[in-house]
Amino acid sequence: MKPPPLATLPNPVRPAFAPEGEGGPVIVNIGPSHPATHGTVQIIAALDGERVVRTDVHAGYLHRGFEKECESHTWHNLIPYVDRLNYVSALINDFAYCDAVEQLMGVTITPRCRYLRTLLSEYSRLVDHLTCIAAGLMELGAMTAFLYLVMVRDYMYEHLANLTGARVTYTYGRIGGLARDLPADWLTRLADILDKYEVFVARVHGLIDRNRIFIDRMRDVGVISTADALHWGYTGPILRSTGAVLDLRRDTPYLAYAELDFEVPVGIKGDNYDRYYVRMREMDESVHMIRQLMEMLPAGPINVDDHRCTFPDKQLVYTEIESLINHFKLVMDGPAVPAGEIYVAHESPNGELGFYLVSTGGGVPYKVHVRAPSFVHMGGVHKMLEGYQLADIVPTFGSVNMIGGECDR
Amino acid sequence: MPTALETLAEALAVDGRPARIEHGLLIVEVAPDAVAMTAARLAAELAFDLLLDVTAIDWPERPLRFDVVWHFYSTQRRLRVRLKTAVPERAAAVPSLTTLYGSAAFMERECHDMYGIGFVGNDDLRPILLYEGFVGHPLRKDYPKEREQPLVPYRTP
Repeated sequence: MKPPPLATLPNPVRPAFAPEGEGGPVIVNIGPSHPATHGTVQIIAALDGERVVRTDVHAGYLHRGFEKECESHTWHNLIPYVDRLNYVSALINDFAYCDAVEQLMGVTITPRCRYLRTLLSEYSRLVDHLTCIAAGLMELGAMTAFLYLVMVRDYMYEHLANLTGARVTYTYGRIGGLARDLPADWLTRLADILDKYEVFVARVHGLIDRNRIFIDRMRDVGVISTADALHWGYTGPILRSTGAVLDLRRDTPYLAYAELDFEVPVGIKGDNYDRYYVRMREMDESVHMIRQLMEMLPAGPINVDDHRCTFPDKQLVYTEIESLINHFKLVMDGPAVPAGEIYVAHESPNGELGFYLVSTGGGVPYKVHVRAPSFVHMGGVHKMLEGYQLADIVPTFGSVNMIGGECDR
Repeated sequence: MPTALETLAEALAVDGRPARIEHGLLIVEVAPDAVAMTAARLAAELAFDLLLDVTAIDWPERPLRFDVVWHFYSTQRRLRVRLKTAVPERAAAVPSLTTLYGSAAFMERECHDMYGIGFVGNDDLRPILLYEGFVGHPLRKDYPKEREQPLVPYRTP
């Protein structure tokens, strides 16, 4: 039997402008699922010839009700969820979220944990920037550079899988510490990968930086000024590409950043080329920081000794009643977070990643809100698209590095 | 010697209610009609050039059901401010900050999606994370989590 014909589906978005008829701008729709854009975003563009006159950007195609779901799970159970916000640098989400809960609880993490989190944050930033640059270059046809960068990234994924057990969504942070300590020889392999990184990034510099095609596509395209960038809420590499020396790691240091020596690379005029170069330089700074942290990493425990959030040893859970009850309470009720609200921001690879938590005192959050850089950036991306060619949408959008999971939550 | 945040707290102690400092961030609670004025002062006089976040909190048992929350950051002074106001469900509307900060536009759309808060002065409150025709506001505490609103109807097997 033939199935009945499907009814006409309603349009999930209402465009901000309609076709004007003969002689008016042509309206084209790009996305939400387009081979040349990474991330499910829809851009409705009004064109005058090849020039983009106006754009209407829609997000939300990956909305999974993250914030609603958070309100019915314990504080610990959210860690796998926050991993899936910016899934390219999941560790930074983990640590920002754990930091927010710890500050609300008044927990101070151990020195080893603090340095290790800083090291892994920078490692994650490397992975994120490698992905962004590689994808951006591939969209312009630079397949060799793409493969060089993604190869290094894969060494890092494998290396992180060795530590955490997963390649992408690690679930490695814990409130009050980390899931486990470093495996043997992990730092030796890290040094090895950083050396490989330098070799391959030098090749990419050689292939791309002064490449005529690349410069023609990227220079003076998608330009944004510092004032506009601030007005539209841009943070992170995009804001720095305009020449503003603003970085939370330096301005309001958290974790171990106050003890590190690093520079904040900035661009000249905030075009696509500057955004490419700022990210390339930031990766070098991250490597520099990781090398310092490898030297500084102290011995000691990775979890705080606080029964409110840290799980007792399995050995003890099976042998003494206090630990058994503690384990039970942590699993069933969740960590006891005192009533209050907090906003904690970390410098994620895309910009300011903020967690706004509201607790009414209990094991389950009352509200979890994520200030996701990608979402805010989507609100201002039209400033970078309008006035340029239709074909420029692809590299400009690539240089914004929108991550669907974090944007749509 | 007062800290930078304490000096700022004095400058922002409006309508008799003192601003307080919590977790390294200044919290200013104002009446809904003072939001626009306070935000304009933050933007123009006090160099808070980044509007970071707009959201709300739902307290169903309170007469003033919703707290609307803004987070500001000053890139020069490296300080953070949280602006809060409480509105009742029947008049859940606050002024829009789109004239001061472009970034407010998208974030207000999201807050309108999720809590049904009106932002007076934002002409574009079309759904952004939800879709056209979605019924209800999912982050309100009384929204049934199990409710399904599929855009594409389920096919019978």
